[in-house]
Amino acid sequence: MEQRTPTLRGVAWLWFGISVAVLAVGFRQAIFLVPTDAAQGNVGRIFYYHVPIAMLSLIFPYINFVASLFYLYWRRREPLKALTADALALSTAEVTVVYSSICLLTGMLWGRATWGIWWTWDPRLTSMLLLWLLYVSYLMLRRFSSTGQTHTLAAVLSVFAAVDVPIVYMSIRWWRTQHPAPVFGGGPDSGVDPSMLPAFYWNLAGWTVWGVCIVLFRFALERRRQFAEQEAALQAIEASLEIPQ
Amino acid sequence: MKYLQHVLDHLRKDLRLEWRSRDSINGMLFFSLLVVVVFGLAFDPTSYPTMARQISGGILWVALLFASITALNQSWTREQRNNVLEAQRMAPSPASALFLGKALANMLFVLLVEAVLAPIFIVFFNLHALGNVWLLALILPLGTWALVVNGTFFAALGLRARNRELLLPLLLLPISLPALLAMVEATTGVLTADLDPIQINTWIKQLLGYDIIFTTVCILLFETVLNAE
Repeated sequence: MEQRTPTLRGVAWLWFGISVAVLAVGFRQAIFLVPTDAAQGNVGRIFYYHVPIAMLSLIFPYINFVASLFYLYWRRREPLKALTADALALSTAEVTVVYSSICLLTGMLWGRATWGIWWTWDPRLTSMLLLWLLYVSYLMLRRFSSTGQTHTLAAVLSVFAAVDVPIVYMSIRWWRTQHPAPVFGGGPDSGVDPSMLPAFYWNLAGWTVWGVCIVLFRFALERRRQFAEQEAALQAIEASLEIPQ
Repeated sequence: MKYLQHVLDHLRKDLRLEWRSRDSINGMLFFSLLVVVVFGLAFDPTSYPTMARQISGGILWVALLFASITALNQSWTREQRNNVLEAQRMAPSPASALFLGKALANMLFVLLVEAVLAPIFIVFFNLHALGNVWLLALILPLGTWALVVNGTFFAALGLRARNRELLLPLLLLPISLPALLAMVEATTGVLTADLDPIQINTWIKQLLGYDIIFTTVCILLFETVLNAE
């Protein structure tokens, strides 16, 4: 059984505080300090939320994928370690759904303001929607299958879903799309004005720390649920031993 | 060679099972026929030949996708009677041979349905393909395999779940979307001749890549799914 020391709790609160503080700085940078975009006006400020969140919603699936592979590897060899990997996979999958939902929603708001339509079936948007659908179906599977095999089946599905993530990432590089070309690490015209960088980096850092905070919180919750389940199973076994045969 | 023998044995068993009941083929045939009729009524394709050409590729694949889901849900259930599946888990043949045999059998069933459906489709939708029709001989099997290989896998995955019938489409549809896009685009390109051959080639190559990737993943992971406890 794990020891929830006050130190650990303090660290968790400190982390939460830091992420809120960084997000507040990022908010001030993005909303008040960055000069207004010449072409888009104030709507352009959604960039500082849409892009970092989109980047992160492609990173969490990989953690989910790696954790699922570790689960499949440890499943028979070290079941207790495997449960830890499974808890991490579940928490990252949930955060992936949250982040990709926010990415889709902010993208739709931005699209409505600049393109005049909420949604268009262009490869980037479609593949991002596909990513969202895949991780929703992952969570569905976890609810539908009975407790014994959930972990294994979900880990297997995660491998299938992970095949799609690179397609999303490469979609704006492979196809000419309505979605803007890559801003960072793209072609010769990529990159943004230096005045925009501080706001971008503060928000990227803020949403990263915040996402990690939620993942760890959800991970701890899932671990507690697992421990409670093991405790209950143990008590059931002990109770059955006490019955005179 | 031994492995191939195992696959063929499983395939023969599945074909014999299906021959005795003919449940899934009849079910699929009637279901896809209904979908075609429903879409025919909804869009009135005979009066607008251009529109019929543009939508019929999509309707054909959607009908086949839904039809194969109804059959795939059944394909493992009949192995569960009398604990046949447990016996197969203990059999000395590799688990992936069981999977490949089952997937090949399902593929044959769906191809049979396609062979019956195609003439009906041409009549009801008043179709006259403008592109190179022989490409369909490549697109149809590749697309069918893409649907069937993942469908067989996810039907096995949902075998012991609650709401098995609901779970299969929930898992299969998102995974199949890239393949569905490729096969619908390629088929529509052949029917309308709007797409130039290089683009159709690209879509077929993507479909082939999808088939190779997901067949590999399925074969590698099937043993895990079969023995999941």
